Amino acid sequence: MQGLIDALKEDGYRVIGPQVADGAVVYDELESLEQLPLGVIDEQDGGVYRLARRQDAGYFDHVVGPHSLKRYLFPPQETLQQLQLKDGGWRVEPQQFDEPPLAVIGPRSCDLHAMAIQDRVFLEGPYVDPGYRARREGLFVVSVQCRRAAATCFCHSMKTGPRADHGFDLALSELDDCFAIEVGSERGGRILAAVDGWKPGAPTIVDRANDQSSQLERSMEQRSTTEAAPGAPKLRQLDTQDLRDLLLNNLDHPRWEQVADRCLACANCTMVCPTCFCSSVSEVSDLTNEHVRRERTWTSCFTAEHSFLTSGVVRNSTAARYRQWLTHKLSTWIDQFDSSGCVGCGRCITWCPVGIDLTEEVAAIRETTK
Amino acid sequence: MSKISEQHATGSTSKPTLAVFKFASCYGCQLSLLDAEDELLAIAHQIEIAYFLEARTRALEGPYDIGLVEGSITTEHDAERIREIRRQCRFLVTIGACATAGGIQALRNWSDVGEFIQQVYATPGYISTLATSTAITDHVPVDFELRGCPINTAQLVELITSLLIGRTPRVPNYSVCIECKLRGTVCVAVAQGISCLGPVTQAGCGAICPSFNRECFGCYGPQELANVTSLCERYEERGEPRDHLVRLVRNFNGYAPAFRAAGDALEEESHG
Amino acid sequence: MKPNIQVAATVDAANPWATHAVRIRAIEQEVSDVASYELEFEDSAVAERFHFVPGQFNMLYLPGIGESAISISSDPDVPQRLLHTVRAVGSVTRALARKQIGDQLLLRGPFGSAWPVDLFRGQDIVIAAGGLGLAPVRPVIHYIMNRRGEFGKVWLLYGARSPDDLLYTSQYDCWRETDIETHITVDLGDNQWKGNIGVVPSLFERLQLDASLTRVLTCGPEIMMRFVIAECLAQKIDPKHIFVSMERNMNCALGFCGHCQLGPAFVCKDGPVFTYEQMEPYLNVEDF
Repeated sequence: MQGLIDALKEDGYRVIGPQVADGAVVYDELESLEQLPLGVIDEQDGGVYRLARRQDAGYFDHVVGPHSLKRYLFPPQETLQQLQLKDGGWRVEPQQFDEPPLAVIGPRSCDLHAMAIQDRVFLEGPYVDPGYRARREGLFVVSVQCRRAAATCFCHSMKTGPRADHGFDLALSELDDCFAIEVGSERGGRILAAVDGWKPGAPTIVDRANDQSSQLERSMEQRSTTEAAPGAPKLRQLDTQDLRDLLLNNLDHPRWEQVADRCLACANCTMVCPTCFCSSVSEVSDLTNEHVRRERTWTSCFTAEHSFLTSGVVRNSTAARYRQWLTHKLSTWIDQFDSSGCVGCGRCITWCPVGIDLTEEVAAIRETTK
Repeated sequence: MSKISEQHATGSTSKPTLAVFKFASCYGCQLSLLDAEDELLAIAHQIEIAYFLEARTRALEGPYDIGLVEGSITTEHDAERIREIRRQCRFLVTIGACATAGGIQALRNWSDVGEFIQQVYATPGYISTLATSTAITDHVPVDFELRGCPINTAQLVELITSLLIGRTPRVPNYSVCIECKLRGTVCVAVAQGISCLGPVTQAGCGAICPSFNRECFGCYGPQELANVTSLCERYEERGEPRDHLVRLVRNFNGYAPAFRAAGDALEEESHG
Repeated sequence: MKPNIQVAATVDAANPWATHAVRIRAIEQEVSDVASYELEFEDSAVAERFHFVPGQFNMLYLPGIGESAISISSDPDVPQRLLHTVRAVGSVTRALARKQIGDQLLLRGPFGSAWPVDLFRGQDIVIAAGGLGLAPVRPVIHYIMNRRGEFGKVWLLYGARSPDDLLYTSQYDCWRETDIETHITVDLGDNQWKGNIGVVPSLFERLQLDASLTRVLTCGPEIMMRFVIAECLAQKIDPKHIFVSMERNMNCALGFCGHCQLGPAFVCKDGPVFTYEQMEPYLNVEDF
């Protein structure tokens, strides 16, 4: 593992990896193996995230934390342009892309699907976002195969996991006595070859890694038939059958008002969502307005500014904003990008301060629609 | 936002004028203007600081283009004075929790002020005060609010810049949570079970307290669609005593309508 | 929605944030808070490449103030004479109103979908516009006038709050002369007003329409468009033949920022022009 970190650094990458900070596993600069959250698991439920120590837990037995790849490919704040007024005309300095490329250790299958979804937004439409492209092209992904799922995980429903089968340069499976590494790209192979101490393992190791993933997948798929233990969080799943039409045919369902009674319109769900891409461009200038910076910042459909028109705010209530979020995520996203906007990572459930659970909201609408 | 220099209150071609007024408050928000250090000289270059008693003794007569008002209304005399100030200022901005919501001194609104006066002052007869501490907007129309206890200097500079050049100031009315997420702070309410007001509080401070593993105290008052009842129900469910919640909500902005209603409802429930 | 989006020659698909410098060549005050700005590209090579189709918009950028999506109002056959009609209502448009001839702005564009007038040859056309909604359909009027013989009957129904709010009043005679039957109405008349009083949809009852031949283009306040659509449906016009121009918060024009979503559509790139058939499920949903 340390060999991998070193090989990436040697190759010029800035290495990011999971580590414990402020009660959660977050992404940060990774120098050494010691920083990884060995022996730590995360217990998640609606509005609840707690770390726990477990004897048998490895380096990667936490699942997804509050951060995701989005932070690095589509940063929360970014300067798009700088302008200077000279002799009655504006001189525009375009964005510079001279940051070192990133290598991120830790993204799960759901995260890779989320990245592919953001790729469709920023790279695969008629226009390409140059900043996203520069960062994306440089990105080296060391994915981790989950061997545990949180109660809030439902990648099995969204067909986005738990096993990562593409979209990585390398994929790690943590076994009890070693790591199995799958190579997903040519440069992945090149880095792996440069790892000090790495040697090809016996084929049985590959089988063990695959078994581990299959076992998790089976247990997630059996969720509909297994009751959660008493007092334990509900194990999430989402029935995606005709989901697009289910929501779009229920735009006036009373459930929107009911969820609005609980919803804080705080936007946490959209901030932690690895696919949400809304942003605002604003002007930063000095008092004389001769030096201007155009700054792009994450925003959310839960804000008034999002649907602001000079004639008024289009979505003026929490019910209208929640409906916009959920119908976009699960329905209209399909019209726009040929896939759901949800990857089943469960972040929106965990990080909602009042624990609103989209799988529950969908189920409630489904139940009253039959 | 209209550009403030389009037509000066003073009618001349000189710089727009700025006046700063103080009501019941601690000076903290006015100091934020002095704290602007780097920008202050640039501001003074663009704006005539016509009336700012805490900064300079020279005081020019009104009318003024921009009036910054700190503090709440707690006396009959102040209630009269703010009406005159409104007449004198073309663009009136309230700065800070006192001016926008009544401030910490609005705690008196839930108590008997007569009793305080008897207990605190040697000669209560000299004291002339209203029974309540109220926001400026309860007395006169206000053009813009800068929230915070104290206000954020960067927001003040942004507002002045916006008025000078005529853009919409970037003073978002969304939640503190967005600021936590922008800076990458882990949610203290979710990961540590801390009762934090961030989800119902307006952004502006840069989410300072949660970044030190502390709860948000609601210094910037309720966000645009604050659902305080839902948040408090949640905290109560997971074990926060109701009287703690009342104290949390009834803070610097306790008399702001959304916080006030929630605090009153919580108190009523515990008595009823 | 994903229609085939054609990237304009003056937009770099790989760097769509890049702007072009333009200068204000002329300003015409239309009504009290509305003016038309004629813009000229500083770089003649860009001017050469600049083309637009009726219905498209540009992002006009005033550094330090902001960017605003403004529809193009000029003749698509003369793209070098680029005109925008703008109401001073937000901070960007008010800052624009303070500009003078010769001042510089930055521009990105053109963006968005078209009124598909080139498909209307041989058809009858009704243009129903309200208030500033005449500005985005004006290129259609130009287009038709330039090849009037290729179309059947053409009606223009236009209304504003009062006679003082009517746009392009000097053009009405010219439009009528080229056989565009022009009906003007106001919500509230004044002493001099001798024309119609009433809302735009009420003008429909004067028209003898052949439903199968008629194509309707409407632009204006959403409430007006809804009543125009109701009139069209009452006359049995196919929802595929009714075209609406929608307004939402357009922040980037590229489908990146998410603000302008209206159901499955990004108004900035899939719109602003849609068929009523596309919008029908969403137009009457409150706060959507």
